[in-house]
Amino acid sequence: MSQKAPKKELSPIDIYKLLPKTNCKECNQENCMAFATKLVAREVNVDHCKPLQKAEYAKAFNTLHDLLKPPVKEVIIGVGDKACHVGGKLVMYRHEFTYFNPTAIAIDVTDEMTDTEIVSRIKSTEGFTYEYIGNTLKLDMIAVRSTSGDADKFKNCVKKVSETTNLPLILCALNASVIEAGVMVIPKSRSLLYAATLTNWKDMAELALMYNCPLVASAPNDLNGLATLAKTLKAYGVQDLVLDPGTFFNDGLVDTLNNFTMLRRAAIKVGDELSGFPLLGLPLSIWTNKGDLADDLVKWREAYVAGMLITRFTDIIILHSTEGWVQLPNVILRQNIYTDPRKPVAVAAGFKAFGTPNENSPVFFTSNFALTYYTVAADLESSKTSAYLIIVDAEGSAIDSGVAGRKLTAEKVSDAIKATGIENKVKHRKIIIPGKASRISGEIEELSNWKVLVGPRDSSEIAKYLIDKWQP
Amino acid sequence: MTDKKDDKNAGIDVTALLELLTKFQNCELHDFQLETKNLELRVDGGFASLPGLKLPNVVPTKPAALLQQNFTLPIENYPSSITEVKLGATKSEGGTRGRSFTLGGEKSPAFYTFESPVIHKPVVTLDVFDMEVPLSKAVKMHVKEVMGDPAAWAKLAVEKFGADMVTIHLISIDPLLKDASAKSTLKTIENVMQAVDVPLVIGGCGDPEKDTALFEEVSQAFPGERFLLSSFTRDMNIENIAKLAKKNNHAVLAFTPMDLNMARELNRKLYDYLGREDIVMDLSTAALGYGLDYAFTNMERARLSGLLGDAELAHPMSSGTTNAWAAREAWLKMDDKWEPRELRGPLWEVTTALTLLLSGVDIFMMIHPAAVKTLKDVINNLSSGKKADPSKYLDWVSAKI
Repeated sequence: MSQKAPKKELSPIDIYKLLPKTNCKECNQENCMAFATKLVAREVNVDHCKPLQKAEYAKAFNTLHDLLKPPVKEVIIGVGDKACHVGGKLVMYRHEFTYFNPTAIAIDVTDEMTDTEIVSRIKSTEGFTYEYIGNTLKLDMIAVRSTSGDADKFKNCVKKVSETTNLPLILCALNASVIEAGVMVIPKSRSLLYAATLTNWKDMAELALMYNCPLVASAPNDLNGLATLAKTLKAYGVQDLVLDPGTFFNDGLVDTLNNFTMLRRAAIKVGDELSGFPLLGLPLSIWTNKGDLADDLVKWREAYVAGMLITRFTDIIILHSTEGWVQLPNVILRQNIYTDPRKPVAVAAGFKAFGTPNENSPVFFTSNFALTYYTVAADLESSKTSAYLIIVDAEGSAIDSGVAGRKLTAEKVSDAIKATGIENKVKHRKIIIPGKASRISGEIEELSNWKVLVGPRDSSEIAKYLIDKWQP
Repeated sequence: MTDKKDDKNAGIDVTALLELLTKFQNCELHDFQLETKNLELRVDGGFASLPGLKLPNVVPTKPAALLQQNFTLPIENYPSSITEVKLGATKSEGGTRGRSFTLGGEKSPAFYTFESPVIHKPVVTLDVFDMEVPLSKAVKMHVKEVMGDPAAWAKLAVEKFGADMVTIHLISIDPLLKDASAKSTLKTIENVMQAVDVPLVIGGCGDPEKDTALFEEVSQAFPGERFLLSSFTRDMNIENIAKLAKKNNHAVLAFTPMDLNMARELNRKLYDYLGREDIVMDLSTAALGYGLDYAFTNMERARLSGLLGDAELAHPMSSGTTNAWAAREAWLKMDDKWEPRELRGPLWEVTTALTLLLSGVDIFMMIHPAAVKTLKDVINNLSSGKKADPSKYLDWVSAKI
């Protein structure tokens, strides 16, 4: 195995030494040290340093590029603003830094589906959105499968798909001439080709080179075979690889997780370049071996195995089920796992006006835990009412755990009421508290001299609550 | 991989010659004088990506056959393992339970079976409440017949839902609910013990004073049963209840709100009265979408620290996975495209559980029967020691679904 020492932790000084030290600010940073710090934090790209691009700095540029190169290669699939960046991982565990490039989720269509069905699956994939704490969660790619084995049918299908969507594509067939028929239709698409195997690798490698496409190497449950393929394809000149060690269910689940884990560990902790590529997971493959299982149970398995793969290092997954109940837990899980753990969990304490509140408008409070705050804020916005919201410093806890853990106390609520100056904004003295904070309602009344109204346990019911209960 | 022994002994690379030849990254020319007229300069490597500089790429010689390469298992050695904690006691062990469970014992991160087999399978304990409680519709439909009858609920959990253990939540003692006396719970526990013979978790109400009284009563009333007392917190006066737990052979769940320093601190306090083998940690579980990332990473860190030698964190971990239902997406009636919530809800609990399973949780407190079944199936799959069958895997490409 081609190995090199695992990357040690980079310090800004290591990077600074290699920069031009001109403090020219062309990168929009104050000075070269600030730029170095941002490079280490991966907040800027080395290409942003203009002087470094001069020939005299070529060696330093090269060294920097190598120092900053992630142990898992970043591969770009597709072109334009919908292009998907996958891989590019620096660490094995998210607390060690953060994970980059969230797992891309692809939905399949086949060359034996009717045009209507193809268009409908693509539209539902493109149309999938879910608003979650200030982010719009989406699906990312379309996988086109050749179920017919017929090159013309595949070609027509790829044509139809590419006319329908700008999403990046994964072209799936084991026969290179079928793939070729498809990729010829979209020669500049940088579609991901699935797959080079131990038998067809040469033809697939030729296609990948000819059309400048990233290529999946597939060796199901055979890491020696996968290493052999990766080494061969690299030597052949194919630089952008994605690895498919196989996704297996039931008794095969443990091998599945082990393979993904070993590949990622080999890449990051050992520095094995042949393992240092994005990993492909195939929850969809449950459908090929479903036996007598009812469809809903197959979808259920597809869903939870997708979740396990997102947690265990997978960079791309292909799913068949498009149902919202299958997708929702996984797009949220992906968002959670790929949230930057370096960022604070809390929003600033204080208060915020919604709509155009006046002296008779209701006053709420919530915790400064980011998730809680954004949820409540979104509900207040969608309720179309005008109100004040006090954000209490609960040390970043949710309401219930804050009350239980004494991080959200009556003292803090009472202090926040005074500190925000809300007493000058409204005439009444009534505060609506979260239903989950009812335990401290008496104490809040005592300390603040405000009348406490216990509001709903979930902020989705605020609009209804105000209609039913609120009087200034 | 089909044969791990072979892989471990895999030889070093002898066929990487070609790769080696194309690997040069830098090329420095010193005191270089040029007198020819036609020069072809070839430089390979990182220069190619340098904007503005156009340097020719070396075209590698394409291999004509596969370049064989073995994958070397990336095994790590951990200096420590996770402490084993026993729950429940059979007759021969001094209690009355039909069986006991051992948590912990791990020698590697969760289900890294390529370096260490599963020592003790994680355990699932089902929630039973001692009075009627508000529950999500998707949960309630499965237990509404037995609400208010904890013994019947426990029987249903074990016999029909496949629970390994039962958690009896004695919330009736909550001053904000019935404010029942600690003593009044003993009859309930007795009834549950008659109804099922699995080990029990004794759950308090969250009020530090009432829970202290509860654990005093329960420890002494059921000596030798090896209950898991849920939970001991930093704001409780733990001396007496910890002593009583030790004396009467019960285990303790140490709860902290998602902060490893607090977890260490609480464990250190408990070590004054209890053995390491008496303590399970609850590091807090947040629901999928509502902080699961913090819970996951906190537990993953704790487990890695424990394996690397931080004895104060080398305890089995518990997860209050029922918290998954605090996420509104688990229970809310949403637009049609997200329905049915009868599937979405338990899948929320499953996803929360499986994510934490992979961080190293040893005992799950859960509520929905479908979520419990799935988690147990996955645990059995992951512990089976069986191999994947790759022979038909690639059929997925052409499968007519």
